[in-house]
Amino acid sequence: MNAALSIDGLEVVFDRFRALKGVSLEVKSGDSFGLVGESGSGKSTLLKAIAGLVPAASGSIAVNGKTLGTRRDKAFYREVQMVFQDPYGSLHPRQTVDRLLQEPLAIHGFADGEKRIQRALDEVGLGTGFRFRYAHQLSGGQRQRVAIARALILEPSILLLDEPTSALDASVQAEVLNLLEEIRRRRKLTFLMVSHDLAIVTHMCERLMVMQNGEAVENLTASQLIGHRVTKDYTRNLLRASEGFVRTA
Amino acid sequence: MSTLLEVDDLRVNFPTRTGLVQAVRGVSFSLGRERLGIVGESGSGKSQTGRAIMGLTPPQAEVKAKKLAFDGIDLLAAPARQRRALRGKRIAMILQDPKYSLDPVMSIGRQIVETLRTHEKVGKAEARDRALAMLEAVQIRDPARVFDLHPHEVSGGMGQRAMIAMMLIAGPEMMIADEPTSALDVTVQLDVLGILDKLVSERGMGLIFISHDLRLVSSFCDRVIVMYAGKVVEQLKASELRDAQHPYTRGLLNCMPRIGFERHPLPVLDRKPEWAA
Amino acid sequence: MSAEAIQSRRDWLLSDRPASRMQARLGRAYVAWRRFSANRLAFVGLLIIIGLLVVAAFADVLAPYSPTIGDLKGSRLLAPSAAHWFGTDDLGRDIYSRIIYGSRWTLYVVILVAIIAAPIGLLVGTVAGYAGGWTDAILMRITDIFLAFPKLILALAFVAALGPGIENAVLAIAITSWPPYARIARAETLTVRNSDYIKAVQLMGASPFRIVLRHIMPLCISSLIIRVTLDMAGIILTAAGLGFLGLGAQPPLPEWGTMIASGRRFVLDQWWVAGAPGFAILIVSLGFNLLGDGLRDALDPRSGEQ
Ligand SMILES: Nc1ncnc2c1ncn2[C@@H]1O[C@H](COP(=O)(O)OP(=O)(O)OP(=O)(O)O)[C@@H](O)[C@H]1O
Ligand SMILES: Nc1ncnc2c1ncn2[C@@H]1O[C@H](COP(=O)(O)OP(=O)(O)OP(=O)(O)O)[C@@H](O)[C@H]1O
Ligand SMILES: [Mg+2]
Ligand SMILES: [Mg+2]
Repeated sequence: MNAALSIDGLEVVFDRFRALKGVSLEVKSGDSFGLVGESGSGKSTLLKAIAGLVPAASGSIAVNGKTLGTRRDKAFYREVQMVFQDPYGSLHPRQTVDRLLQEPLAIHGFADGEKRIQRALDEVGLGTGFRFRYAHQLSGGQRQRVAIARALILEPSILLLDEPTSALDASVQAEVLNLLEEIRRRRKLTFLMVSHDLAIVTHMCERLMVMQNGEAVENLTASQLIGHRVTKDYTRNLLRASEGFVRTA
Repeated sequence: MSTLLEVDDLRVNFPTRTGLVQAVRGVSFSLGRERLGIVGESGSGKSQTGRAIMGLTPPQAEVKAKKLAFDGIDLLAAPARQRRALRGKRIAMILQDPKYSLDPVMSIGRQIVETLRTHEKVGKAEARDRALAMLEAVQIRDPARVFDLHPHEVSGGMGQRAMIAMMLIAGPEMMIADEPTSALDVTVQLDVLGILDKLVSERGMGLIFISHDLRLVSSFCDRVIVMYAGKVVEQLKASELRDAQHPYTRGLLNCMPRIGFERHPLPVLDRKPEWAA
Repeated sequence: MSAEAIQSRRDWLLSDRPASRMQARLGRAYVAWRRFSANRLAFVGLLIIIGLLVVAAFADVLAPYSPTIGDLKGSRLLAPSAAHWFGTDDLGRDIYSRIIYGSRWTLYVVILVAIIAAPIGLLVGTVAGYAGGWTDAILMRITDIFLAFPKLILALAFVAALGPGIENAVLAIAITSWPPYARIARAETLTVRNSDYIKAVQLMGASPFRIVLRHIMPLCISSLIIRVTLDMAGIILTAAGLGFLGLGAQPPLPEWGTMIASGRRFVLDQWWVAGAPGFAILIVSLGFNLLGDGLRDALDPRSGEQ
């Protein structure tokens, strides 16, 4: 039994609108799993449902073999953490980096806070020079590094990544992707990563799921996608669209 | 091709506590009824260039230019009232951060309707219909539902498209699109680009397309300006972007992952001080 | 201190890579102070308020006469003169001394009201805004009920029920002035409660109580401080109004509102009896208003941070 995350028939409903219509998926421990698909197809909702930020209407979610109830306990948050899409919105505007990183440690009652903050900052490549800055004193890439440090500080085994680089420019994106890969290797993390860029998904993930309109379209391995060995039209459209804009007229 | 916008030696400076920040340092270009791309890394001054043209620069900054004219109107000399009238009606800008630019406590639909009604005299019902049509045009499924949602209830891509709908609804002659598609999946991205493309080719709109996705820009735009540290380092035809000469442009192209090319880790930019000179 | 030392201290405060928690906090305060002191009028407001504090603290030294015991025989209703700067009242008391002692009561009222009303408003507003649903509906309906009555009328009703006296007047004003604060705090909470940074804290496993207290309240506090400061003038006037109606401070307490009330009988012939305390109220209200405006520019989270 080495599934880090297994989801079965997950449904999420917002006032009668079914954002997820019975999605199932399994991620092996240490794997990196990609989610791609149409905008509004429920990728972020899937991550939020796992994290307990939106309630599931039916279906089950199991983390490391343990099925989750409707309420998440503190132990859960030490297993699963999330990095949000928008680095400009995910850091509290009135808190220094130091304070941001201290909060999870205070909630979970860690005593060796000083050392952990130091280590987390080193790990994401931010020296101590950044420790007492406010979010508005950081660039987009630096903010995303802080967000990653915050997610890592509780030493989770599963990281949920919601388009972690879509707000960053190409060179910073490369830096953050390299950082994520290195951390995954070093800490043997499991990734569940949303991205709309197929190139990023094939770069980062071994397996992926294509979603449309709240449903899974198909499950693929990265090499299947690279070799265009796909079965569904929608996936084919995605692949074609990734090649750039083609003027019809 | 008639010139819509002329920019000559545009400079944007921020006096800050730690000295003068020169965000834009002498940018010149002209725009006809075409698609002009501006690319460059984060902080290179792309957004500030767009904002200066719009007149949305923060008040503490100073904007200077030898010439900054839209359709013969000298924008820097124009009175505030005239600029406000231009903004939204004749020149529109899709701001970079839809989450920050949308009002968090007002529904998406109402925001679009209000935008329309500040620029045109239309009835409530007609405004609603046009807003719904616009949402549909930007490929939002079930526009009637999304119309009543608040910004936190829509997905990242839907927020971005709502913003685009809001800017297109008044039918501007010139559009500055600042990273308009960064949160969209590739198929919807192409649909949105298709809309912008049609506006350029059919209605003769001028489009400035700001992006850091060089691949997209090279396939979508006619011309591309490459910016670094507030300056234009290269100006070329979009189709020739792949054979760009400047090491910075090549570096930016090189650090993007590509389907079918395994490179671990990805190369990153090695910035040279002489690029900024 | 030499110019160099000042310069290096300033650089230390403004550093964009502070080396300690303390430095970051001081730097932030310094930036707010610079923005505040660049505003002349706000500075004048601050000076007025500091003046009020000094006068209240040193009332014993500054006042030439007793505020409560007058000379009934020789000095009733004297016009302003070198001996009695603001004249004397009908009981022969020196008005200048009474105004100086009265500043203590003014401060007492203003500070107590702020200490009671602002936290209530903050708590009700943030809890309602963050919890949403039923909690929000109930708390906001209660707030609406309070808001539906004019403040002075409601305060009058409370004082009538509690009995006249300055403590009860303070309580009544506090009870009637929290609803706008709750409104502000709730509005502010609504704009931030769905933001990613609050979600991120939820994801750390923080309890709702902790989120409201440590992450949402700090964001509401600056707009609240501004609003409270701007309301100070209103509080002083309400207290004066209650005093004037005989429901606030009771004579012989030298409270400004009460002084106007007792001076109104002579307002045509001996204008200074009511005029002097009225002028004092005007100046202090103006001071608080200017200060509030300055704070708005200095503390507004939307200015100059993003
Ligand atoms: N709180 C909410 N209330 C109502 N509807 C919601 C809420 N949150 C999400 N939705 C709806 O759920 C659907 C899926 O949204 P989600 O954010 O998961 O999309 P996504 O796949 O992440 O898209 P994107 O790539 O654009 O970010 C959307 O139609 C959205 O409107
Ligand atoms: N209010 C401000 N005060 C001081 N400097 C500023 C301010 N706003 C922007 N800048 C500076 O101006 C420069 C250009 O910023 P701009 O937003 O134009 O970058 P950009 O090219 O749009 O980057 P991105 O791709 O991240 O959006 C940056 O170096 C930034 O630090
Ligand atoms: Mg999303
Ligand atoms: Mg920008």
